[in-house]
Amino acid sequence: MSTANLLYTDTEDALRDTVRRLFADRCKFRAVVTLYDADADFTGVWKTLAVELGLAGLLVPESLGGAGASTREAAVVMEEIGRAVAPVPFLSSAVLATVALLKTGETQALRSLAGGSTTGALTIPLSKPPGAYAATVRVGASGLTGRVSSVADANTADVLVVPVVGPDGLELHTVARAAAGMKVTPALSLDMTRPIADVEFSAVASTRVDNGAAEDAVAEALLCGAVLLASEQVGVAQWCLETTLGYVKRRKQFGRAVGSFQALKHRLADLWLEVSSAGATARYAADTYARGDAETPIAAAVAQAYCSDVAVHAAEECIQQHGGIGMTWEYPAHLYLKRAKSDQLALGTAYHHRARLAELIDLPTSP
Amino acid sequence: MFSEPGAGSDLASLATRAVRDGDDWIVNGQKVWTSGAQNAQMAILVARTDPTVPKHAGLTYFLCDMTDPGVEVRPLRQITGEAEFNEVFLTDVRVPDANRLGAEGQGWHVALTTLNNERVAIGSGVPSAMIDKVVAAWRAQPELRNPAMLDELVRLWVESEATRLTGERLRQQLASGQPGPEGSAMKLALARLTQAISGLEMQLHGEGGLRYDDWTLRRPEIVDFIGRGPGYRYLRAKGNSIEGGTSEILRNVIAERVLGLPPEHRVDKDIAWKDLPR
Repeated sequence: MSTANLLYTDTEDALRDTVRRLFADRCKFRAVVTLYDADADFTGVWKTLAVELGLAGLLVPESLGGAGASTREAAVVMEEIGRAVAPVPFLSSAVLATVALLKTGETQALRSLAGGSTTGALTIPLSKPPGAYAATVRVGASGLTGRVSSVADANTADVLVVPVVGPDGLELHTVARAAAGMKVTPALSLDMTRPIADVEFSAVASTRVDNGAAEDAVAEALLCGAVLLASEQVGVAQWCLETTLGYVKRRKQFGRAVGSFQALKHRLADLWLEVSSAGATARYAADTYARGDAETPIAAAVAQAYCSDVAVHAAEECIQQHGGIGMTWEYPAHLYLKRAKSDQLALGTAYHHRARLAELIDLPTSP
Repeated sequence: MFSEPGAGSDLASLATRAVRDGDDWIVNGQKVWTSGAQNAQMAILVARTDPTVPKHAGLTYFLCDMTDPGVEVRPLRQITGEAEFNEVFLTDVRVPDANRLGAEGQGWHVALTTLNNERVAIGSGVPSAMIDKVVAAWRAQPELRNPAMLDELVRLWVESEATRLTGERLRQQLASGQPGPEGSAMKLALARLTQAISGLEMQLHGEGGLRYDDWTLRRPEIVDFIGRGPGYRYLRAKGNSIEGGTSEILRNVIAERVLGLPPEHRVDKDIAWKDLPR
């Protein structure tokens, strides 16, 4: 545990600057908020991120067309996605779908995901925590049949990576979203910047890709997703804290800046410490995963148990300390509350992660 | 010798007087929360040398001979039964001017350096060590387990780990020459955690929590959080949010120095100390 590097390298800082500039330029609040009223299209931003900057393949080895980087770099991208509530399918495609394929040894679909020419989604409900997954899609003579609800970014994915119940246990298949018998129905999402969709399979032709490693592949994808989601939550929380600080220094009531009142100052001091500690747990999880450390499941559970609640706390304080303007559609705070609350439910709540942690650190439940 | 009965969080308002007498100073006053005074030959002392200027400007820093007949040390018993600290009564204590540290009126600046060292001295690993005690009891004594308590226990385990990692990152930042501002805040997290963990530990032990290990008036040199029982941990942890800067003062410090929020109104800052209401 003492070998973990909790800081950022110069390369990681440079990556952050690049991604932050891209989002500052092309994920402005005025544009992002239109996702809630219309079919706004951010494909161009994703293509820039995925192809031009080459970040879709961050977690993929260079031999398979990727950048050969690790969760340390991917975590930096996730922090910036959180800061901008950027509507890009990095988590669903470059993390969940990509890591699942990587673990199976599949290379064809993986290469095209890594290069950014296609986008993928792992067809699992976004709320599913790491751990054993009971698939709801079956494979028969006529192909795949079944339904999976609340899949993140399924509506814009080109290829779906589908956990399937096979005759001998879990299998992993790839399916073109546009294949015959597929029906993808977008849902109205609490967080429209990471939209969910319900996916139905009716005798859909598929390619089995798991090489017998489907369970490990799904588990690995969810674990990696949990590790990286913590960094997104840190990014959300940092934006909320910084924006709130800026506001309470400017906003005057009773003839003084509202940030001069201890009722707010003390809560902001506590929140700052929480956000700072969240950053340490997320960084630890990203570094631990990158080193292939056996402690990774514990580090991931700690980061999720801590960061998901901190992000929600920061977003809720952001709304409250802004007062009336925090409740308005035209102020960006609501995008962060919606992302923070959805992220809290994504890949398992803090309650799930604490329950898992109790098992991992040997705290038996029963008397 | 810093704190006084009338000067705690507002240390700069302290009233112990040092009056010049030839090559010496004559000191009169009362100090409190003085650690090690019962064994000390010398003590550091902040006293008021000029009551006619605002509070921060009239203080001077001295080294005081604790064997002077005017020094009376009494143990200050705490809610734990022990006495880590003392009250010190100073009656016409003679301090040579050669024992002055820094210039006359510069005592506040010298004292701040000492206080900053005190704040940094509290370790980020203490909550982890305390939660390990609770975890060990949970594992070893199945009869104590209550399913409703498990989530709270794991929550505190997670927070202890987060605090440990924050401390570890702080060390890495220092080592790489980019110190972070978290140092001022670690004590805040520590106090909240030691109190929450020890409070849960008492409830976990149930009947055992009704007992206490030792009420005798001991004079410990260090705080033995881990060697003592749950009742001691619970009571002693109450001091963590008071000693070395209360958590409320620390929140002000973080808000103002780290976050750049407006400072508290200081109605006394331009008034001569002797004219302050008290």
